[in-house]
Amino acid sequence: MKKQDFKLFPGTYLQGKWNGHKYKVIQKLGAGACGTVYLCQTFQGEKVALKVGNDSSRMMLEVNMLKKFSKVQGVKLGPAFVDVDDWKATSLKVFPFYVMEYIEGVPLSNFLRGKGKEWIGICTIQLLTDLEHLHKAGFVFGDLKTDNLLMSNSQVRWIDVGGVTAIGRAIKEYTEFYDRGYWGFGSRKAEPSYDLFAVTMIMLEMVHPNKFEKGAHPRRTLAAKLASSNDLKPYHSLIAGVWKGKFQSASEMKQALSYIVMKRAKGTPVSRKQMKAQKHSSEWGELLALSAVAGVFWGFSIFSFWI
Amino acid sequence: MKAGRLKQILLLTDGCSNHGEDPIAVAALARNQGVTVNVIGVLDDRQNEKPQGLEEVESIAEAGGGVSQIVYQKSLSQTVQMVTRQAMTQTIQGVVNKELQEILGEGKSIEELPPATRSEVVEVVEDLGEACELEVLVLVDTSASMHHKLPTVKEALYDLSLSLNARTGSNQFSIYTFPDVKNTIRRVIKWTPELGEINGVFSKLSSGGYTPTGPALKEALYAFTEKPLFRGIQDGEDPYEETGF
Repeated sequence: MKKQDFKLFPGTYLQGKWNGHKYKVIQKLGAGACGTVYLCQTFQGEKVALKVGNDSSRMMLEVNMLKKFSKVQGVKLGPAFVDVDDWKATSLKVFPFYVMEYIEGVPLSNFLRGKGKEWIGICTIQLLTDLEHLHKAGFVFGDLKTDNLLMSNSQVRWIDVGGVTAIGRAIKEYTEFYDRGYWGFGSRKAEPSYDLFAVTMIMLEMVHPNKFEKGAHPRRTLAAKLASSNDLKPYHSLIAGVWKGKFQSASEMKQALSYIVMKRAKGTPVSRKQMKAQKHSSEWGELLALSAVAGVFWGFSIFSFWI
Repeated sequence: MKAGRLKQILLLTDGCSNHGEDPIAVAALARNQGVTVNVIGVLDDRQNEKPQGLEEVESIAEAGGGVSQIVYQKSLSQTVQMVTRQAMTQTIQGVVNKELQEILGEGKSIEELPPATRSEVVEVVEDLGEACELEVLVLVDTSASMHHKLPTVKEALYDLSLSLNARTGSNQFSIYTFPDVKNTIRRVIKWTPELGEINGVFSKLSSGGYTPTGPALKEALYAFTEKPLFRGIQDGEDPYEETGF
């Protein structure tokens, strides 16, 4: 909430007060609720992402989460943790910062642009796989949204684990569009189903890139948005099921989704129907042409008969 | 440290006080009595400039040891819960800092601890925020210019209860409006753990061009002390009352 009163320019060096490590700023990567993230270079020339902010407590909570979730059961979930320190900008001003693995990739929305609709299912399965591990470790992601996701080597990666909350507690950070409480679909308690709702909103966002507001009847708005998309048709009942609270874990939802995706890969009924329709129309065309020719001949013969 | 009880007044207004005592002084008094004052200035969605007099919002919250924010109607819900939670953390941090100073000496605060120790302290602060009891008295300005914003306010308060009731600790809410001709403020919802259906809460609207923010805050503070659950404010000056003994 407080305005940051500094700007880091490329080439600036930043040194930690406690650990003494030095980082060279390369460029700004983005700004979040409580800080700005920069692409930096370590003394050894390694590329890292460095977040610097104002709220030292909040930053420290993020570090704690990062340390916990860089690796869960051998699976890489968030970015790996590198360093945490304070930067003495001037003799009076000290800013807390932390350093993590730099994940190179493109935002999910950019990645999906121009891609086939089959990616909707695939990205969602990847997301659910990571959530599965996180939930098993006793946590929910909380603030799950496209802004917090990157596509790196065709793989979804989380870049901000600040909203990760222990199961059973209150969700500490959320974004209205992805929040089931906002849509009237349940509480803000950290439960696996809270994340699953956010996953369905990410799916909706994939086909409606310009997000929408809830309006007077939130549930009706959602139902209408779901129904209006052809690309989401195969997932219609799955998404509606999540909203009804049918799935209690990421594994259940993933299983249901995999079933749909695999079926679609083999599936032909839709295309066969289309082919049939095409055949029909071409037959009609032939018939029309034939009758026109016949008509001309008939007219011609009548004409010659008159003569 | 045990989970304790936090007391907050949440003032929602859209203008400057123009009647009675100075709200900033009353807020300072509230803070002294262990009640944090948070203030949210509500702007019209079409308003592009901050209207005059809203600087007061920040000063009241500052004096009341709380958090302030000036927002457009459409982001009211998210702001109300954020301000409340932030003020909770702030209060708990204040208490923790005080204890740290007792242990480590003057001038030591969470920010100045080495990262490894800080990491543990912030976890404790967060645990306390999750488990502590919370009492929020919502004080809504219902003067003429606020009328059309009240549906949004209602929605935001419902949303606040949704956020806070997801915590492990228990909550108590009550809603008062002002100005009221007879008693300065009017209670519309008495202490309740949930702000579920609050339909018709703002049906009786006050009119008139005066905004007695100061007197209203003072009445709200009295309303806090009259709460039956509450164990005497005389010895409860610590903003963080420990419970469970």
